[in-house]
Order: sequence, then structure tokens, then C-alpha cells
Amino acid sequence: MNDVVLTVDDLHLRRGPRAVLAGVSLSVARGELVAIMGPSGSGKTTVLRAIAGLEPYERGHVAVTGRVGMVFQFHYLFEHLTAMQNICLAPVHAHGLSPDDARRRAYELLSAFGVDHRAEALPRQLSGGEAQRVAIARALAVDPPVLLMDEPTASLDPARRSELGELLQGLLRQNRALLMATHDEDFARTWATRVLRMENGVLR
Amino acid sequence: MHGFHVAQPFRAAIASVAIAIVFPAGLKGFATTIAEARAGAAEPAKVFRWAGDPEGGAPFVEADPRQPDRLVGFDVEIANLIARGLGRTPEFITITFTSIVQSIVRGDADVGLSGLEDTPTRRATLAVTVPYYEFREVLSVRDADAATLRTLADFRGRTVGTLSDTIAYDILLRAEREYGLRAVSYDDDVHPYTDLVIGRVDAVLLDQVLAERRHRSVPGFTIQPETIAVGHYVGVLSPQNAPLRDSVDEILRGAMRDGSLERIFRRWNVWNGDQSRLYADLLQGKPVQPFTAPGGLETSSLVTVSKWEAMKRYLPALLRASLVTIVLSCLSMGVAVVIGVLIATGRVYGAPPLRAILLGYVELIRGTPLLLQLFVIYYGLAAAIRLPAFAAALLGVALNYAAYESEIYRSALEAVPAGQLEAGRTLGLSTRQVLTLIRGPQALRLALAPMTNDFVALLKDSSLVSVLTVMELTKQTQIFATNLGSWVIPGTLCAALYLLMSLPLAAAARRLERHWKTSAA
Repeated sequence: MNDVVLTVDDLHLRRGPRAVLAGVSLSVARGELVAIMGPSGSGKTTVLRAIAGLEPYERGHVAVTGRVGMVFQFHYLFEHLTAMQNICLAPVHAHGLSPDDARRRAYELLSAFGVDHRAEALPRQLSGGEAQRVAIARALAVDPPVLLMDEPTASLDPARRSELGELLQGLLRQNRALLMATHDEDFARTWATRVLRMENGVLR
Repeated sequence: MHGFHVAQPFRAAIASVAIAIVFPAGLKGFATTIAEARAGAAEPAKVFRWAGDPEGGAPFVEADPRQPDRLVGFDVEIANLIARGLGRTPEFITITFTSIVQSIVRGDADVGLSGLEDTPTRRATLAVTVPYYEFREVLSVRDADAATLRTLADFRGRTVGTLSDTIAYDILLRAEREYGLRAVSYDDDVHPYTDLVIGRVDAVLLDQVLAERRHRSVPGFTIQPETIAVGHYVGVLSPQNAPLRDSVDEILRGAMRDGSLERIFRRWNVWNGDQSRLYADLLQGKPVQPFTAPGGLETSSLVTVSKWEAMKRYLPALLRASLVTIVLSCLSMGVAVVIGVLIATGRVYGAPPLRAILLGYVELIRGTPLLLQLFVIYYGLAAAIRLPAFAAALLGVALNYAAYESEIYRSALEAVPAGQLEAGRTLGLSTRQVLTLIRGPQALRLALAPMTNDFVALLKDSSLVSVLTVMELTKQTQIFATNLGSWVIPGTLCAALYLLMSLPLAAAARRLERHWKTSAA
């Protein structure tokens, strides 16, 4: 399929004597939601971080068509900026959008995710679910074809989890490629198009 | 009237302000009780405790160059003469020059003898002995100006330096108004002459004893023959000690009559005809004015006016000095913040050699006293760069505080969570953008409280710049207090002015902090 936008090939990464990733290969196509499952310490978060360019790896190859967006487990919204400013920061400063265009686009995203009424709130004033939606909107504001999500359901109650599932379905319909690390078996079974199992730095 | 260590006066002054505020009414009685208690403990009538400042040097009081634990000087010999007359053993107590009067009032010693000037204020607020030496205030100018600059009237638009808290400074303040010269006060009697030679001041007005002493060690200036004013050295005692003062006066008069004072001053090469006339007048019972200025530049004493009147007279000067303090503090802090940010950024992002250099700077500055740094910048570097006093003060305080600020910013930068920076990176922001848009602004919020702390500290540390002749609030207060003979009103005013400057600042910082809690930058 020509729609593959993310390819990871034989990724090796070690921290000190410990091999965190020992030859990970995977690919994700547009319209796919791939879940990496595995116990804590199995290396699933590290795969996402390596793809996002946050972890230097010693061997292997990562190929992405366009950019990747990343949604962290703890969101990491910029604490000193409002939701709106969080979303507009990169489009304006890194991608040359005019502030007006950036705001318009940010507002569309916030509306689509049902948090437009929280546009002027600071991160500390947001609930876990709201913060996650703002974080997804921030990642999508620079329009990446690939979105990485680390433990997206960790801070959500069951009702919010299915809302998140719906939201991700919407993103798949926009032809994006989604890769998430999770140990939420139910969520993965319900919403993922494909589930990969990881243990001791390798995919099984 | 001579040189002394410079750090002490401020501490002494500030301590006095504190005491004046805490014990406004009870101070005198309290001090007397302590004095009596001490005198009792030290067996009264056996020991004669006299106070002076050996850093002043010859011919007043100095450590014997051949035997440093022994004191020599004409004041030492006069103290011994008085002690002999009283049948007591002399005991010397080292007190910083500017604190001698306050120490005497406190009861630390019986008599202050250290080239102390006779002034109307001292006569009104202390028990003062008969004058034992008459001096002339003389102008010293650079050799090249010797023919043209002879009297104060010749100094319109020029700068004249002297020691602070002296008659000479009062005369110069009057001459500022009368002749349009600029008076600069120093905390010691060496730097006026070195600054004269390098051109920072155009003349120095001090007594001829000091001028002649400096003339032997600092080449390049001429002492003008004209007498600008005549003054006297006296011993000072606390007002409760008037009976002892009367005994001391008797001994001094006896020493004038039998020539022993003359022998002392001749040994130190400072005897002249003025003293014969002074002693003759005193022995005939003629009144001797504290000082006279033939040019009509007598200064008016504050002791004769009401406290309110004194306050009204000094308030404009105190407000001007406050303005100097606040402007200097704000500018210094501004420069310190900019340099501090650069140092902190270099220490967090720089290559190892740069980091090592910056760390060295921070440790050097933090590990040495600000006072020393001010001296180095103003006097030490004078041969290479001759900075004006205000600029040197600004630079000195700013460079010092930059080191402290940089540590605050460095730790604040390092305290911003890594996730914040990683989020910035995954969005495509450059390292510089992450610093200026995310890390910096968040660090600033963490740094605000310690920065406010530092600014308030700087406001008070700025009092040290008076050693560079900058007339700021604490120095002006000290002058006010000396002229008034009391610290109560000047000290209270000074404290109030410092609080007026620091409290709004602290309030503004708190408002900003609250604002940041509820809304974005």
C-alpha cells in the first residue's frame, strides 16, 4: 500500500548496559490506528520518543512522510500560556503562519474537540480530558500526517475514553496515521485497527 | 579628622539608626547606666579609657612602625598626659573614626581624642574639652593650577573634595550655593588627594595637618597659603561626664602653661605660632569660637533650631539622596538582570570552556566583598579607565548583582521541566525559540520572588557607593545626624524613605505573581 507514512526499521537503542530497543520494525499507513501494547518498561514509550526525535538511537532507521505530532502522557501544555496560545505558538513561530490564521485554525480544532469555551484558560485550570484535547489540537495545528500518542487513556474515566475513541476515529477519517502506546487492553481492542505487542524491547 | 576604614561607618550608622528607632527616648539613660556599670566593673578612678582610630595614622594616632602593638601620635601623648594628671592608667579603645562620638555617648570610653573637630553641634550635645590645637583649612590644587586657583571663589563650575562629616564639608556645601562649585565628600583622607592628582577633583579642602602629611606621600599637588577657615581639635566626652571634662580642661590648661603640650606638638613637627596665640587666649579666659571662616562662609548649626525646622531643612537633601538611591538601584538592577540572563544562558547552553569562565566570574564576584569591588572599579582602575563616580557605582553594583542574578536564573532555567522543552521540540521550535518562548518565560516566573528579594537587598547595598563619593540616602542621613547631634529623626526618616522605596516594589512583585497565577503573559 502506497499510503504508508511512517516506517521504522530495525531500531536499536540502549541506555547504559540495557538494550531498551532491540531491533524494532513497524509501519503505519494513513487511516490506521496502530496500538503498541506491553508491560511497563517494555520500551513502547521509547519507540514513540525515538520516532519524535527525542531519543537518539544507535542503529536503525525512521522514515516519516512529513512531520510527526506528539501527544505526551502528561500533555506538557506550556504552563505559562493559555490553551489558545499553546496551539498558536508553533504555527506562528516555527511555521510562519500569521497570528490571525493561526487563531482561526486553533479555534476550528478546539471547536471540533468541544473545548472552544476553554480557549483562554491556563493549563492548570483545565481538567485531564480538556488538557488532552488541547494537547491533541496543539499537535495537529501544524498539520502532521502522523500523530503519536503516549498512554492517551491514562487520565480518563470510561466515558471520556469512548469520547477519545470517537475523536480518534474522526482523525482517521481525515486520513491521518495514528500510533499510540498504551496498556489499556479494552481501548486498544475497541478502537485500534491493529495491535502490536511489545516485550523487552522487541515487537512480537 | 583623618582617614579610617570605610566599611565600619555604615554598619555603625545603621546600628545607630536601629537603636534610635527602638529606644528613641530611653537611649541616653540606658547608655549612661551601661557606662556606669562598666566604669564600676573596671575600678573607677584607676583606668582612663580613651577612644581613637589608629587607622588615621600619624601624627594623630598610629601603630608604631617599629613596634606595631604600641601606639604613637600626639593624641596618644595627650591622652597619657591627661591620664597622669588624673592619676589613672590610660587604656586605649579602638573605635572607627565616624563612630567615636556615638561610642562616647554609649559609654564605651571616657574621652574621644583623635583629631576631633570642635563644632557648635558637639559643644551643644556633648561635653567638649578646651581646644588643644588650632588648625587652618587650606586648599590643595594640582601644581599646574597653583597660580590660578587660590580661593573658593575661583572654583565656579569646578569640583572640590573633602572628608565627610567635617567642617570643611560644611564650608564646601555653603560654597556650592555661594560660588557655584561642586562639593564631593570622601570617607577617607587619602583618595581626595589621589583623585586631585588624576583630575577627578580640582581641589581638596582639608586642614593643613592632613594636607602636609599627604603632601609628603602623594606628589603633584600644591598647598595654597590662604587660610579658608580656622578650626580646633578637642576631646569629647558624654554630656553626663561634665565633671571629668572640667578636670581634663584643668590638666590641659596646666599643660599649656608649663609647655608640655608645646613639647608634644614640636615632637610631631606641627607646632606653630597659632598654638601660642590659642593657648594665651585660653589661659586669659577669652572665649574661643569652635571655628571661624574669614570668607564669611560660617555654616549655621542645626542645634539651635527646632527639630521640625531641622527636618524641613534637611528633607530636600534627603529626598534628593533618595532619588540618587532609587535611580542608581533601578539602573544597576536593570543592567544586572541583562548580564545575569546572559551569564545564566551561557552556563546552561554554552560550551564547557565558556561555562568554566562564567562559573569563575560568579565565584570571584560572590566570594569577594562588594565594597572591595567598588574600590577596584573606581580607584584601582583609575590609571586605565577614569569612570565618573556615578557610572563606577552603577557598574560596580550591577556587576556584583549580575553574579547573584545569574545563579537565580540558572537554577530557574534548570527547574523548568524537561517535558516543556520536549513539547517545544516536537512542535518544530528551534532551541533558541524554546528558550525565548517557553523556557525563559517560565524561568522568569520561578525567578521573580528571589529577584524581588535581591532588588530590595540591592536598594540597601547601594549605600556602599558613598565610598565613591556618591551622595546617596544613608550617607546624607549620616551627615544630617552629625550636624544635628542625634540619630533619632534622621534615622527614622531614612528608614521611612527606604521602606517607601522597597514596599511598593514588593507589592508590585506580589501583584505580578498573582496575575501570572490566573492569566497568561
